[in-house]
Amino acid sequence: MVKIFASKGVHPPENKDLSSDKELQPLSRVSELKIPIQQHIGAPLEPTVEKGDRVERWEKIADSEAFVSAPVHSPVSGKVKGIEKISVPAGDRVEAVIISADEEETAGAESDKKRNWDSSLNNLSADEIRNAVREAGIAGMGGAMFPTHVKLSVPEEKNIDYFILNGAECEPYLTVDHRLMVERTAKLLRGFKLLMQAAEVEDGIIAIEENKPDAIDKMKKIVEDEDNIEVEVLPSRYPQGGETVLIKSLLDREVPVGGLPLDVGVIVNNVATAAAVADAVDRGKPLVDRPLTISGGGINEPGNYIVPIGTPIERVIEEAGGFSGEIGKVVAGGPMLGKAQASLSAPVVKGTSGILVMRKDEVEKFEPDPCIKCARCVDVCPVDLMPTSLEEYAKEEKLDFLEEYRVTNCIECGSCSYICPSQRPLVHYIRLGKRKLNASQQSE
Amino acid sequence: MNSEELVVSSSPHVREESSVEGIMWSVVLALLPAVAGSVYFFGLRSLIIMAVSIGVCCLTEYIFLRVRGKKIALGDGSAVLTGLLMALTLPPAVPYWTVAIGALVAITLGKQVFGGLGYNPFNPALVGRAFITASYPVIMTTWTIDGETAATPLALYSDGVTTDYWDLFIGNIAGSLGETSAFLLLLGAAYLIYKGILNWRIPAGMISTVVILTFILGHDPVFHFLAGSLILGAFYMATDMVTSPITPLGRWIFGIGAGLLVVLIRFWGGYEEGVMYAILLMNMTVPLLDRYTRPRSLGEVKNNG
Repeated sequence: MVKIFASKGVHPPENKDLSSDKELQPLSRVSELKIPIQQHIGAPLEPTVEKGDRVERWEKIADSEAFVSAPVHSPVSGKVKGIEKISVPAGDRVEAVIISADEEETAGAESDKKRNWDSSLNNLSADEIRNAVREAGIAGMGGAMFPTHVKLSVPEEKNIDYFILNGAECEPYLTVDHRLMVERTAKLLRGFKLLMQAAEVEDGIIAIEENKPDAIDKMKKIVEDEDNIEVEVLPSRYPQGGETVLIKSLLDREVPVGGLPLDVGVIVNNVATAAAVADAVDRGKPLVDRPLTISGGGINEPGNYIVPIGTPIERVIEEAGGFSGEIGKVVAGGPMLGKAQASLSAPVVKGTSGILVMRKDEVEKFEPDPCIKCARCVDVCPVDLMPTSLEEYAKEEKLDFLEEYRVTNCIECGSCSYICPSQRPLVHYIRLGKRKLNASQQSE
Repeated sequence: MNSEELVVSSSPHVREESSVEGIMWSVVLALLPAVAGSVYFFGLRSLIIMAVSIGVCCLTEYIFLRVRGKKIALGDGSAVLTGLLMALTLPPAVPYWTVAIGALVAITLGKQVFGGLGYNPFNPALVGRAFITASYPVIMTTWTIDGETAATPLALYSDGVTTDYWDLFIGNIAGSLGETSAFLLLLGAAYLIYKGILNWRIPAGMISTVVILTFILGHDPVFHFLAGSLILGAFYMATDMVTSPITPLGRWIFGIGAGLLVVLIRFWGGYEEGVMYAILLMNMTVPLLDRYTRPRSLGEVKNNG
């Protein structure tokens, strides 16, 4: 195997040591949850509960008949207080089911509910696994929130030869995938095997960046007896964990512009997703909570927590010892890809892998200088675009140039903005350019 | 915690600590050995030439930024660098008023008329030098060592006189203030490559083209590498970020093209040295080079446009 992704990309300070040794722990009681109805990319869901209804723990609260959808469940037993519009981490306002949890309810507590089928691997058909994954509402937990069962439904004409379990976790500060690999090693392997079986793929690769030696050791040890699963160690380089970059690094295959990993015979899933799949199949547990890292200079006790979906961000901050010093910015996700939050009442959703709390003095405000054409953005771009040119064309709305310069191939990793000595918000304008081009192409 | 106090800006939320100032001042720093060399070889007068050049560049820049209502950003070091680079290309006996005119033109016609830092198509230092070379050809081709008139190695070479490699390497020869010592210039260039500031493809393309072509043409390649302003031009002028291509292939073509022009001018042109015009001519091709050397993006089919 080749690992070419060494000179491209950037290497921001990792800052993972703040939380990389902190064990995953469940959040203590959450009294009120705001669970967005739409938490996946795909068809819209309809709530299956009404204001005033009682809900049981793990009960479905929203669903759709459409194939490309992932239902939503309640993490706790309680009462539906209402269905209202709230702000979510992505920035928009969506409908959410507000649930006040019963007094005795401790969120995150493990339930003994079990599926009554035999969970031995060989007895499950691909359909059964996919169905369990669908019913559990699992959507890509690396952040994309694409319904996992759809990913696993490989079209007839596609031949998939590799399934990649993405444990690269290249975002600075985030350590939740790391902790999962160290603490839930067996569950991850179980989930990965289920994923492979559901997609009917023979060979699996577990990809981990070299900055997580204990995770590498654990995963390597557990796959020792598996002939068809290998652990591959990658250089620590951002955005190593980006799907297209990962596939290029591991297999030297290039996902075609506008295409999917499927087109080059690969499926990629995040490690957290694999853990959720194991829970869904073996325990009948829907995706009602997720592990996440809370870290940064502005939080008292950085750590890794299992947080029920719908928990307000401020509740997680409280659990992690509250703010330390004057706070400048709170980000849902990591520092490279995350979204700065305007309101701390936004809930944790299926794709929230971290909460980054930055002190005021850590937040720099920049006056961009003129571009001096140093071309560092061109040199670091992991997909070989020309960010400085794209920025210009996006500002001037030159759609034909945006198309010619392949703006849609941008993975929005932000390496260009990170490296720019003139502090230009390159990826910001490129994102806008992408949207403008898409909008104009759709209206045609 | 009041939500209104939270900063909401788009990702990424961290940035590398690098700046335009950092880049410009690093290049100035890299030139200090050559500056010291010029004082050693040509005396204190060279310091005054540099001071005049830098001073006039900064003053001109200040006036323009003031008039245009822009942020006064002399601290970015770009005007200082232009002044220093131009001074290093001048003959030791150049009158101070000539230096001042060159510096004025460098910033005015070379940079500010196009919109200032980042927008100029030509290397400003070379625009200034080209202007005074055209206006005062005698001044610009009178070379001296210790006050005595002397011929440059390239002029001697066309008369069939060779110069010792060691003298060329150390800089104990006639020439412009900062161009004579290959050693001191390479020292600074090594620092810039180490710091990741220098586009190595451009000097690599330019110098190897000159060396290979001179060899093919039956001339002495080592001599043509060391003599004249090739090293100064290739490492410090052709690599000017603003006026060179941003694509990897574009940089190769730019460097090779400049090398080709140097050879053409040295062997068949009216000047002994062609580095200045070679770079200025290649500056003109940059928009075109960038336009047609776009790298293939990951996953883009090669023959699909």
